[in-house]
Amino acid sequence: MLAAALVIGALLAVAAVWFVARPFLSRSDEAPAAEPPPERLALEEERDRALAALKELEFDHRTGKISDEDYRGMVGELRRQAADALKALDPEGR
Amino acid sequence: MPELGRAALVVCFGLAVYAVVAGFWGAHTRRRRLSRSAQNALVAAFVCTIVASVVLFVALARSDFSFTYVAQHTSRELPTPYKLASFWGGQEGSLLFWLLVLTGYSTAAVLLDRKAGRELVVWVVPVLGIVAAFFSMLVVFVASPFRTQLAPLNGAGLNSSLQSPYFQIHPPLLYLGYVGLTVPFAFAMGAMLSGRTDERWIVATRRWTLAAWMFLGIGQLLGAKWAYEEVGWGGYYAWDPVENAALMPWLAATAFLHSVMVQEKKGMLKVWNMLLVMLAFSLSLFGTFLTRSGVLNSIHSFTEGSIGPWFLGFICFVVASSMALLFTRLPLLRSKTKLESLVSRKATFLYNNLLLVALCLTILWGVTFPILSEAVRGEAVTVGRPYYNFFLRSFGLPLLLLMGIGPLIAWRRASLSSLKRVFFWPTAFAFAIGVMLIALGAGSSIPGLIAYTFSAFVAATIVLEFVRGTAARRTLSGEPVPRAFASLVARNRRRYGGYIVHAAIVLLAIGIAGSSAYNTSRSARLGPGQSLKVRNYTLVYRGVSSARTSNAIEQRATIDVYRGGNRIAVMHPGKNDYPVEQQISNEVSIRSDWLTGEDLFLITEQINGNGTIDFKAIINPLVNMIWLAGLVFLLGSVITLWPDAREERRLAIRYGRLAPEASA
Repeated sequence: MLAAALVIGALLAVAAVWFVARPFLSRSDEAPAAEPPPERLALEEERDRALAALKELEFDHRTGKISDEDYRGMVGELRRQAADALKALDPEGR
Repeated sequence: MPELGRAALVVCFGLAVYAVVAGFWGAHTRRRRLSRSAQNALVAAFVCTIVASVVLFVALARSDFSFTYVAQHTSRELPTPYKLASFWGGQEGSLLFWLLVLTGYSTAAVLLDRKAGRELVVWVVPVLGIVAAFFSMLVVFVASPFRTQLAPLNGAGLNSSLQSPYFQIHPPLLYLGYVGLTVPFAFAMGAMLSGRTDERWIVATRRWTLAAWMFLGIGQLLGAKWAYEEVGWGGYYAWDPVENAALMPWLAATAFLHSVMVQEKKGMLKVWNMLLVMLAFSLSLFGTFLTRSGVLNSIHSFTEGSIGPWFLGFICFVVASSMALLFTRLPLLRSKTKLESLVSRKATFLYNNLLLVALCLTILWGVTFPILSEAVRGEAVTVGRPYYNFFLRSFGLPLLLLMGIGPLIAWRRASLSSLKRVFFWPTAFAFAIGVMLIALGAGSSIPGLIAYTFSAFVAATIVLEFVRGTAARRTLSGEPVPRAFASLVARNRRRYGGYIVHAAIVLLAIGIAGSSAYNTSRSARLGPGQSLKVRNYTLVYRGVSSARTSNAIEQRATIDVYRGGNRIAVMHPGKNDYPVEQQISNEVSIRSDWLTGEDLFLITEQINGNGTIDFKAIINPLVNMIWLAGLVFLLGSVITLWPDAREERRLAIRYGRLAPEASA
């Protein structure tokens, strides 16, 4: 029983070492997909926030939490923010 | 095969240490292969922990008393489900269970969230590795579940209060909650270490946090039900330090789940969110420390071990290193935007956060006060139920009210005329309920009356939110009502799942207020044929019977229950005598009325030699709302957790994993 346990334990250790060493043994080292630069990511987050805020305002208005007057006062500002965010992401307007 | 278990844990420890060293070095030097190797080490550590756990499970199932742990926590007479559940019944086993869940979570998080961004994940791996290295170190060097001895004829058995079906589910759920909070913590640290403090760490950990929070919530409710049925004092929550230890990280995680929405929508509260994640994780470690160190007197102190100083040291290390990291990254976490109005949903999220954290910290103060007072004055002074109840009312009732106010206010700001319109019906409904309750005599408890009135207000706002949302959806899409309702929830799972969770909290508040503020209790010594009247129940004691089971001698009283002259039930409260464990437990008898939510709760306090019994009857109004709240909470959590394909696609495009045209 003891011998069997030790053999299984040793096999486990060998398998673990092999698995951990696998990235070094593999020949292919595919480069991961390029990550967007932080500045672009910040702009994209800004754009998504602006669009989400616009959507939220529409929903709040439709469910009666915002009066027509308040809605008109806020929607322009939010649309401008969303447009600015989109423009910052694509300055040439492609 | 204790040697195999030991070997597996030693290999696991080595792998965890490797994951830390190789992970940090690989991330720092940007060596891809080294980072991938560190990830593999975490996965291999999980496999090793599974092997060690299987060894312990087999030893428990076979009653192999050459394992000291098996001999200390089981006996031959113990039914097999309890033998297996003893895995987490003692210190060494529960630490191994922590490690099993941790390495499992780590493997899943690293594999599933690889897409969150390589630059972030490579830093997450060594952080997870540190926690795994600490726990594997404990089970290898300090509290090994694989210590052996000359096998005795029988084991010491399992603590009688653990011999309950809840023992098989409550601790694992709590552990899934405690340990689950490691993942958001590791991603938060990874974000700060990598300097990538954008929203990716939040997106990557949203579901992990929700899952951990759900497990912790359900685990606590099951613990409360267990205490209610097993401990035999008629209550379900005693502000015991170990109960509080599970409540505190849950409160911190609740605050985080709310404030993180403000970060997502406005890019604000970045530092606060980091602090909340750190607090939740540190409190989950503190909870395990309290449960396992024996530093405080608790009904949960089944074992007192030598791991206290190790845990304390690790908690100090976690707090100090994460705070130091936070300070160095403060410039990256500055928010560009400010709160627009103090009357907006965003602002209510802030108030809710302040109240949740205040409640959490006052509980922490109450829990640590005996330790601090002993250190300063040489005498442990315990704060009792009045302290906790005071703060629960002071912070809990405004929190309840905010749950109703928040959804009614627009996200950015709200004008007075809009507020008047949206608040009218819920306020009128709550007022009407309050007046009706006073007329029915509920004014005997002011906090109870306030809790019910606020609950009515929140319930009304939840219903209104669903009604208005469905109507808006219907106007937009022209769908029939059921379909509009379904698509409303499906398109806004977090919001409407969250409202269902709020409904669960309302049920919980109703249950707690009803059962604590309006309960009735009577005690008496009765001989056969004698009766006791409690409210509209008449209880007639008939006699005591005795039966032998595999591991206990069960004594049960027979009580006939009459209401309005009719016998409506026969109840059997009693006691169990466990000869192996040399313990006697109270076995209560409960009759639940699901129509009124009321329980008739009978406890046999003493069975006397002359055939009389000392027994206690308690009527707990509305207590079943608490257990119903658990089901509703689970439903809301699952809806919130359910993946949203449109949201996933949007985030995949944002993080460059999917070209915009692929989403078309």
